Amino acid sequence: MTTALIVLPLGAALAVWLLPFPRFWAGGFALLASLAEVGLWIETLVRFDFNGSGLQFSQRWSWFSDLNVSYHVGMFPFSLWLVGLTVVVLAATVAYAVWVGRERPRAYFGLMLFLTAAIVGVFTAQDLLLFYAFFEAMLIPLYVLVGVWGGAGRLGATVKFVIYTMAGSLLMLAAIVVYGLQQGTFDLVDIGPSSSDWIFLGFVVAFAIKGPLFPFHGWLPDAYRESSPEVAAVLSGVVSKAAAYGFVRIAIAKFPGPTHDLRAPILALAAVGLIYGSLLAFRAPDVRGVVAYSSLAQTGLITLGIFAVNDLGLSGAVLQMVNHGLVSAALFLLAGMIERRTSTGEFALLGGMARGRPALATVLMTTGIVALAVPFSSAFAGEFLILAGVFQQGWGWAVAGAVAIVLAAMYMLRLISAVLHQDVGLAVPTAALDLRPAELGVVVPLVGALLALSAWPAAISQRSFPANQPTATIQGVLLPSAAPTKGQTVTLIVSNAKPSPKP
Amino acid sequence: MIHRPHVDWLTLAPSNALLAAAGIALLVAVLVPRRARRPLTAIVVAIGFVVAFVFAAVLYKHSPHAHEEIGAAMRRDRFGALAQMIIAGSGLLAIGITYGERSSDDHIGEYFAMFAAAGAGMAFFVTANNLMTLFLALEWFSIALYVLCAIDRELVGALEAGLKYLVVGSFGSAVLLFGSALVYGATGTIRFGGIASAVSSQGLQHDYLLVFGLAMILAGLGFKASAAPFHMWTPDVYQGAPTPVTGFMAAATKTVALVVMLRVLVTAFPQEEHLWSVTLAAIACASLAVGNFAALVQRNVKRMLAYSSISHAGFMLIPLSTGSVLGGKALLYYLIPYSAMNLGAFGVVAARERELGRVVTLDNLAGLGWERPFLGFSLAAFMFGFVGFPLLGGFVGKFYAFAAAYKHGWTWLVIVGVLATLVSLYYYLAVIRALFMRSSAELQLAPAGGAPPPERLLHVSVFACLAISVASFFAVQPLIDLANHAARSLPL
Repeated sequence: MTTALIVLPLGAALAVWLLPFPRFWAGGFALLASLAEVGLWIETLVRFDFNGSGLQFSQRWSWFSDLNVSYHVGMFPFSLWLVGLTVVVLAATVAYAVWVGRERPRAYFGLMLFLTAAIVGVFTAQDLLLFYAFFEAMLIPLYVLVGVWGGAGRLGATVKFVIYTMAGSLLMLAAIVVYGLQQGTFDLVDIGPSSSDWIFLGFVVAFAIKGPLFPFHGWLPDAYRESSPEVAAVLSGVVSKAAAYGFVRIAIAKFPGPTHDLRAPILALAAVGLIYGSLLAFRAPDVRGVVAYSSLAQTGLITLGIFAVNDLGLSGAVLQMVNHGLVSAALFLLAGMIERRTSTGEFALLGGMARGRPALATVLMTTGIVALAVPFSSAFAGEFLILAGVFQQGWGWAVAGAVAIVLAAMYMLRLISAVLHQDVGLAVPTAALDLRPAELGVVVPLVGALLALSAWPAAISQRSFPANQPTATIQGVLLPSAAPTKGQTVTLIVSNAKPSPKP
Repeated sequence: MIHRPHVDWLTLAPSNALLAAAGIALLVAVLVPRRARRPLTAIVVAIGFVVAFVFAAVLYKHSPHAHEEIGAAMRRDRFGALAQMIIAGSGLLAIGITYGERSSDDHIGEYFAMFAAAGAGMAFFVTANNLMTLFLALEWFSIALYVLCAIDRELVGALEAGLKYLVVGSFGSAVLLFGSALVYGATGTIRFGGIASAVSSQGLQHDYLLVFGLAMILAGLGFKASAAPFHMWTPDVYQGAPTPVTGFMAAATKTVALVVMLRVLVTAFPQEEHLWSVTLAAIACASLAVGNFAALVQRNVKRMLAYSSISHAGFMLIPLSTGSVLGGKALLYYLIPYSAMNLGAFGVVAARERELGRVVTLDNLAGLGWERPFLGFSLAAFMFGFVGFPLLGGFVGKFYAFAAAYKHGWTWLVIVGVLATLVSLYYYLAVIRALFMRSSAELQLAPAGGAPPPERLLHVSVFACLAISVASFFAVQPLIDLANHAARSLPL
């Protein structure tokens, strides 16, 4: 099942590249393949046992046995949600690309499908080297997608992006070599905990760059601005989650000692990134800038939740990963739709788009409102859990988080009002259409998923770890500061989340 | 009365097959009409490489235990046999790539015959078991390569390349020969095993003569492997020689130089491991630094690939310097995708060269990826493979190299390798940028005389290179088993 989730898009990618599809059919076929992938994921979801412990749908074949490296894939509940996020967002972005009609469609859609396979691989790999291979394989299609189909400054953006991320992942490779050979296996399920700060840092820096976390975000503004909107949606919605996933699956699960020792600096970086990203988002002059920097802020928030290393924080982090993935993918696609109508994303030239365009206004407003975490929204539930979790590590962290939530309201409302309200902008032609049915078809499922999660956040927050015991049962590696009764608290808080006031 | 040793013909079979092919090709070139020279001699030499490959495979299968053969002048083992398979495969692919080269048919018979002769010398070289056969084989394939570099007199720079290679290469050979003489002077034997036992029985570990001799032998082999600081000839020769010849040199010459280096060091000088392993690690670092930093500023693709091959010599010296089974395994494994990627990359460059009739630079690769999707995709794949991205064997090769260094306790060498990879990313990606991200409208010169007819043979060869590089990523286990048995036939 897990392998099928990887092989289906990979095979479809090869088919798109090799078969002589006419122009229109390449996109159509890619869309069908990504919808089939979503269907396959739903099938997996239905058959997934959330009460079961440990790895599910796992498959394992030896790759090379002398160093104990194997092809080992499988899913934990949180991987399942992240895979779901991936396939849904990728399907939406492929659909958007079909609608926009990208140049050289066969190459383009092949790369998108290849990217899908690589990301699903990252979220399901249960072997360090396999994880690394998928992690790197993600970079190839992203590099080409940004570099070929991006904006005017794309070449500089790709160089920065690739050098930054490779610097991190090569450090991770060194860490993997050392860690795996020390333990005598590369299998993530079998491998024991390590107490080496250096190996831990090798992993953490790689994920911090990929995320990105402050101060490793130098590549972010260029990459998000220069890539096409659907690629930016994938980058911020899904690829950044690979970093957060790495924190959960490897950093804190395998390095309890270093996590404990280095928690304060990492939390500090996350908090600084959260506030700093929010401030930058508030000052950004264009739509994509706001979404890009808010993505930096949200990654910081998710990291706060993860490195709280307790039930509340971890459950909230997983929920927030999915929320933010959907939100930022939807926002980037909306930014692309706005740019198509006005040929700019600059706030100075935009405004007044709500009048006569009710669908655009409604969708953008809904997404923005969820993003700024109003009570009753799924983002609120996620952020609340994270703040409650990190509060246990020190009230200061929670204060930083709460401040950032206020800032989030400020930059989101600024975005909404600068695009939809105020005077009609210079770049907004009166003839600019409302969202077309096809565009609605792309965005509405994402927003719909957000609304569904708002109605029932516990669907993810209580089903993201085996038996809903995050700290106790990541791989049977017991982590510090896990109080056994926290699982109960989660239930209470989530069910009370809606009426409780904003912190 | 001269004592004649028993001759094990199977040990010599790969070399002899190629020698026979060279001879037949020369005869054919004289006997058949001019029009038929190119296809017939190419077929003869290609068959020679195939037969050599088969013989090497048979040799591999039937030599589970290493023997000294033919008066202890040769060594019959799986290590040599695997290297011979790599050589024969590289030769076959190089013939496919070179077939459509736009050279005159005057010397085409000699041209192909030289490929076979060089291959024969290399096949002999990797089984050498004493300093005399070592030197003999080195000269044998080197002379063939000198001629190959310079044979196309129409080509700008070919004569210069040939002459440079001849002068510097001869210097390298002379150093090796002098070193051999010193070692013989110290130990009184030229047999590798004999040197090792003489050193331990006579307590020569700290003998200056022996250590100087060892250093000079290392330097001589370093010339052939184009490891820094013995790399000075590489960029000029790689740039000037006909592109398929460059590809063959980058793949096969490097293979044999590194393989023989490992064999000599562990069979003849095991007592000096504390010296040569550190020295080789230093040479590896120097090669990584020189190769990668110099490659950053190259515009000529062949020159850039020359520096990349210097840096890869550094990469492969990392496992070699550990002198362990894991290291030998890593080296042998790495050589397989490395040779394939090199030949493939030079094959694509050759195709572009023929199309444009000009030197290939990063600027006139612009748009190739969209105009010739297969060639562009392959070249991009080889570049990703050189960096060590997954889906190509370079990834697993680098991983094994780092693993060997770490197991040896040299974490710093892992870090050096990682940093070097990061630097190399920039110039490899420059090729991909040129291929796909710049339009051919930027290209100022039109293809000479219209697009040439598609060269099926070149495409097939490049596809084979791609297939080998990709397959080596997925089928690691069988290849690593091959490499494992080969490495274990050495006294590691």
